[in-house]
Amino acid sequence: MWTVIQIELFKIFRRPRTYIAFAAITGLIGIIQFGLKLEGDAYVDFMMRDITSSLTVEGKILNGYQVCYIILQILLVHVPLLIALVAADMVSGEANMGTLRIMLTKPISRTRLLLAKFIATMVYTLLLLIWLAILALFLNMIIFGTDDLFLMKSQYVVLLKKDDIFWRYVWAFGFAALAMTTVASLGFLFSLFAENSIGPIVATMSVIIFFTILSTLSIPLFNKIKPFLFTTHMIGWKEFFDIKVNDANEAIAGTIQNPQKIINSALVLVAHIIGFVGISVWVFKRKDVLS
Amino acid sequence: MPVIVKVTNLTKQFKNLTAVQDLSFSVNEGDVYGFLGQNGAGKSTTIRMLLTLIKPTAGTVEIFGKKLGSNRNEILREVGAVIEKPDVYKYLSAYENLKLFARLSGMKPSSEILMEKLDKVGLADRAKDPVKNFSQGMKQRLGIAIALVHDPKLIILDEPTNGLDPQGIADIRNLILHLSRDLNKTVIVSSHLLSEIEQIATRVLIINKGKKIIEGNASEMFDPSQTIVELQTFDNDYALQQLQLSGWRNHLQAQRDSSSILIKLDRSQIAELNRELVAMDIQVLSLQPRHSLEDYFLQVTSGKQHVDSYSN
Repeated sequence: MWTVIQIELFKIFRRPRTYIAFAAITGLIGIIQFGLKLEGDAYVDFMMRDITSSLTVEGKILNGYQVCYIILQILLVHVPLLIALVAADMVSGEANMGTLRIMLTKPISRTRLLLAKFIATMVYTLLLLIWLAILALFLNMIIFGTDDLFLMKSQYVVLLKKDDIFWRYVWAFGFAALAMTTVASLGFLFSLFAENSIGPIVATMSVIIFFTILSTLSIPLFNKIKPFLFTTHMIGWKEFFDIKVNDANEAIAGTIQNPQKIINSALVLVAHIIGFVGISVWVFKRKDVLS
Repeated sequence: MPVIVKVTNLTKQFKNLTAVQDLSFSVNEGDVYGFLGQNGAGKSTTIRMLLTLIKPTAGTVEIFGKKLGSNRNEILREVGAVIEKPDVYKYLSAYENLKLFARLSGMKPSSEILMEKLDKVGLADRAKDPVKNFSQGMKQRLGIAIALVHDPKLIILDEPTNGLDPQGIADIRNLILHLSRDLNKTVIVSSHLLSEIEQIATRVLIINKGKKIIEGNASEMFDPSQTIVELQTFDNDYALQQLQLSGWRNHLQAQRDSSSILIKLDRSQIAELNRELVAMDIQVLSLQPRHSLEDYFLQVTSGKQHVDSYSN
């Protein structure tokens, strides 16, 4: 199994297409950093325009943690496309090249081959998120420095102390990895049904867009199905940045307001991953390879 | 000779199409087994079932005396295959492709062994070049190196000469003969190039529309004393009419069109036929013995639909 995983990783990282995602993330984050470095104060003024009359905030609002949060809010909507570029190509791309049939004449079971491909896809997803973390968190901590994190929610504001933030990002990136693995498993499933990668990539993104729209619409009929849609739970990483307060409405450092909600979201995502991969194995074992 | 491959009542149904129907055959150790059929006859589907790429609707496949379904990995360790086009990873070099597939075959080959394998197919000097720059013939040779890298006992080649120039075709032919005669490998080779099969096969299976037409030793299948001559005349319709009225009536063979007339006869009768054609005032343009296997193949696979044109 380890040999097959090594081979799959070797193939992924020898393909130029793989680096599109890394380049795209680098470019996007670079532009955001450049813009905020130049006109960050204007951005903060705009962000705070509704509360400056009733609240005085001291300190360096536009710090590395703040920039990282801004970047994650923007990019984690688009990263699925970059994940799909590789995940949805894992089987369909091989079918298109004709290499799938050669692989399947080798003495490796279809289940092991497919699982090795999925694990390689997971590794790619994790590396992409680590790259995102390096650029969005660590680089911004260097460029913009660190301070308390000030977040505006729809009903309230959250102020996290400087030394109570980093661990939240570690968990948030971990949760994002789970969410992106769900996207990868969906793209992976679609890649079994096509002999070119365009169809599965478009199908994966269409499902995510469609489900995201359903997740955000507040219509009673859709509210019933929202808890079952993986897109509803993909934004669960934000929960790490909500903090518990005591009776005096003071924040309790090192707490999360609703950890159960995070656990539930993680379980739903894990269930989706197991479901998508399970269906993939079932389909692949029965698939006639005609390419 | 031990039986290496035994196929029994193999059937594959694709929705409304029966690609292979009730096919049975066996391949003995050391055979070069020629698998013949026109395009769409079911050759590739059968080969893909032998390699577990396609699941049979019915029937069984035994290789090395073991059921393929329950001993897949064990069997495939001893099988090397090239299926139609030799598709490999174009963004990798020949060396990397070979190493990758060798490892998938369960080997941990040294670079010396890999270079030796590439040298055998004439690619040692291009080992580090990306495959995207290779010609079709070079890709085919790389495909064969991949099929042979783990030293399999059974080699399955599906249309291995597709897209090759005459030199490439000759190279493949010589390689197959080398594998069989010098290394005692068992080779199953499918092709629509009948002349190629005839030159290398020890046994032949002809299938048509998914059904077995005939299986047997190549030397026994074709009676060397008999031949088929292709007759072309100034007026083929008139010649055919005259021949049907003559003693040659029972020698007339099926044909695909009216551009020529096929006559099966003993080689010693060719001169006699020529004399009688002249005597019947038939203006002969050519009288040419045709390739025996090709005629046999055409006769058994496409003849029946035209035979009515020769009946009274």
